[in-house]
Amino acid sequence: MDVVSSHHSNNRIPSLTFALWVSLASISMMFAGFMSAYIVRQAAGNWFEFVLPAHFLWSTGVLLVSSGSIFMAQRMFNQRNEIKYKSLLVLTFVLGLVFIVLQYEGWMAMQAEGIDLKGNPSGAFVYVISGVHVAHVLGGLAVLAVALLHAFLLPFNVSQVRKERLERTAYYWHYVDLLWVVLFLFLNYYR
Amino acid sequence: MANLTDTVHEQDVLIEELGYDDHFHEHHHGDKYQSSFISKYIFSQDHKIIAKQFLITGIFWAVIGSAMSVIFRMQLGFPEESMAWLKPLLGKWITVDDAGMGTLNPEFYYALVTMHGTIIVFFVLTAGLSGTFSNMLIPLQVGARDMASPFLNMLSYWFFFLASVVMFFSLFLNTGPFSGGWVAYPPLSALPEASSGSKAGMTLWTASLVFFVVSVLLGGINYITTVLNLRTKGMSMWRLPLTIWAFFVTAIIALLSFPVLVSAFFLLMFDRGLGTSFYLSEIFIGGQALDHVGGSPILYQHLFWFLGHPEVYIIILPAMGLVSEVLSVQSRKPIFGYKAMVLSILAIAFLSFIVWAHHMFMSGVNPFISNIFVIFTLIIAVPSAVKVFNWIATLYKGNVRLNSPALFAIGFVSMFISGGLTGIFLGNSAIDIQLHDTYFVVAHFHIVMGVAAFFGMFAGIYHWFPKFYGRFMNETLGKIHFWGTLIGAYIIFWPMHYLGMVGIPRRYYSFDTFDAFRDFDGMNKFITIGAIVVFAVQLIFVLNFFYSIWKGRKQTTRNPWGSTTLDWTTPIRPGHGNWPGKIPSVHRWAYDYGKDGKEFISQITPLEEGEKDGGH
Repeated sequence: MDVVSSHHSNNRIPSLTFALWVSLASISMMFAGFMSAYIVRQAAGNWFEFVLPAHFLWSTGVLLVSSGSIFMAQRMFNQRNEIKYKSLLVLTFVLGLVFIVLQYEGWMAMQAEGIDLKGNPSGAFVYVISGVHVAHVLGGLAVLAVALLHAFLLPFNVSQVRKERLERTAYYWHYVDLLWVVLFLFLNYYR
Repeated sequence: MANLTDTVHEQDVLIEELGYDDHFHEHHHGDKYQSSFISKYIFSQDHKIIAKQFLITGIFWAVIGSAMSVIFRMQLGFPEESMAWLKPLLGKWITVDDAGMGTLNPEFYYALVTMHGTIIVFFVLTAGLSGTFSNMLIPLQVGARDMASPFLNMLSYWFFFLASVVMFFSLFLNTGPFSGGWVAYPPLSALPEASSGSKAGMTLWTASLVFFVVSVLLGGINYITTVLNLRTKGMSMWRLPLTIWAFFVTAIIALLSFPVLVSAFFLLMFDRGLGTSFYLSEIFIGGQALDHVGGSPILYQHLFWFLGHPEVYIIILPAMGLVSEVLSVQSRKPIFGYKAMVLSILAIAFLSFIVWAHHMFMSGVNPFISNIFVIFTLIIAVPSAVKVFNWIATLYKGNVRLNSPALFAIGFVSMFISGGLTGIFLGNSAIDIQLHDTYFVVAHFHIVMGVAAFFGMFAGIYHWFPKFYGRFMNETLGKIHFWGTLIGAYIIFWPMHYLGMVGIPRRYYSFDTFDAFRDFDGMNKFITIGAIVVFAVQLIFVLNFFYSIWKGRKQTTRNPWGSTTLDWTTPIRPGHGNWPGKIPSVHRWAYDYGKDGKEFISQITPLEEGEKDGGH
């Protein structure tokens, strides 16, 4: 990556961070595809209305808190507060796991109410959209796991490279969080 | 051209005096990039090697994809002839009866048509074209050491390779490769029981294309970031060569449209494997009702064509970029209307997202909505015509060198006009009632985005071959290749317009049983002979290509075409990091040809006192 860091740059945003923004735009388009499919299919009628289980509301709260915790972790890192930085990073990871468990419980609750994957597309869409989102959260957890490895294995050192790396981890995490909030509101209010 | 050697010397001085020192060569990259055979040629992170990998994989697929078309053209042109001689190649897909008469299996005919489309559209004209030239030219022409992330760039190629392996494997399945058309509409694609190609063939097809999309996205992220972040000093956006503008906008389109294809595929996979009903409704197979209820196949078509239409611009824009550059360099004139060219690329890119339903006029969409799509579709003719006008104006009174790259670039313009005009017919939803799903459509899109894109690619390959391999391709073979392809392509596709106008449907295995369509066997024979000849001519190209890599005429000067752009300021065989010393800085736009009595002025030459930068 030294090819990049030593190069004259026309952009104030570092290359890899910018590349991350570009890929987030791409992921957004995928979900936009799902959402427009949902809207078009719903407009065609034969659409079963149901209320989302409360688990999804709780999971939204958990994810929002985790966004806050990674934000604080980043701040603590920049302030060289090693203990708080590490514990907040661990907290973020745990909250991510809790989110996935809650999503799973939410699917089980839907299943228990008789909203089956094979039933009306209104339910199937919820499974698919939240499922693909969970896949992206899992990706986020993988990135967080790498961040944790860096935090616990490398000597603590606030370098530019590590700042940018942590920044990218946080951006991605905020993104999957924000994405879920949008999806949650959409699925909740666009029944 | 005697003064070129002096120019090279001058260029080195200019780079040393005015270039940008990024301390690149003080670090030790050597071991990471070039140490072993594997890291240098196989898992290489150097954009130039990755470009060659894309190109050669693309050529491999082009041979397979076009060979498939020759086989199904033989079925269409000579249905009464025996195909027994193809038995060693196609095995059980050829049935030989007692009299020794070999017949092509109809199911396999559909598989050939499907695979031909998939391979040429995605593997050749997307990966082979944009993958090759974006990789090769973006860092070289913007003045960068490499891509923003060489590692992701390497992954981009290897995902394409993985997609290729999976797709290639599917050709040898017992149930055959996917056979439901390259667009993979449900229910054919969603129900394994629909046909034998819809079984494992479709599963592998989808898997392959998902890998392919990952490859496109990783590449695209890199192209965009490199163009925006890593341009050298002085290289403002308005000084970029049109090639880079085209690759840049192509990457943006790809990044916004391919993910939607993935959404469509996800829903399709759920319908196939997990029993959902996104696209399926009230279907009977063998008298049995399936329990899929409430889906809509049209939904898939919307999602598919939301990618599908931008995809044709993902194919054609890079070709347009290459052609603009080649035409300007080889006719020794600045490109006509540089800014108009850039703006029309942007206009085409924008419009490409709001015309998708013109692929669906006859599938039952609301006629009022169709009208809106007709209007947007016809508006695309405006920026396209601007570009055509500018290419012709660039050639006008130019000092055109009629070599292979220039010929192919001119051929591109010819094809783009011929194919573009029929697009105006097809863009009308009323005329589409007669023409949809006929050979008129086949003729239209083959000329405008198949043959034309190939011409752009060939222009690029002949022009930049010295940059790739330090040698030239054989000029005589190149000209034979050009004339054979130009004449042959018109022989194949011109008559198809007439077939389409009388309503002959595409994708049919045989027309014997239809009173209305069986009288055109003469025309079908004519087309098939054309296809065989054109295929043979392409083999000349392949031979020329591989022969010239090792035995071609050696490149002795750095800038053989007298080009202004940065790619020709590197050593003949640029090493890792492209420039041995500093990175050149840029002082003028990319098209100073024939200015102030000079044949050309390189982008690295500072402006004279009082001289105005061109282009704007």
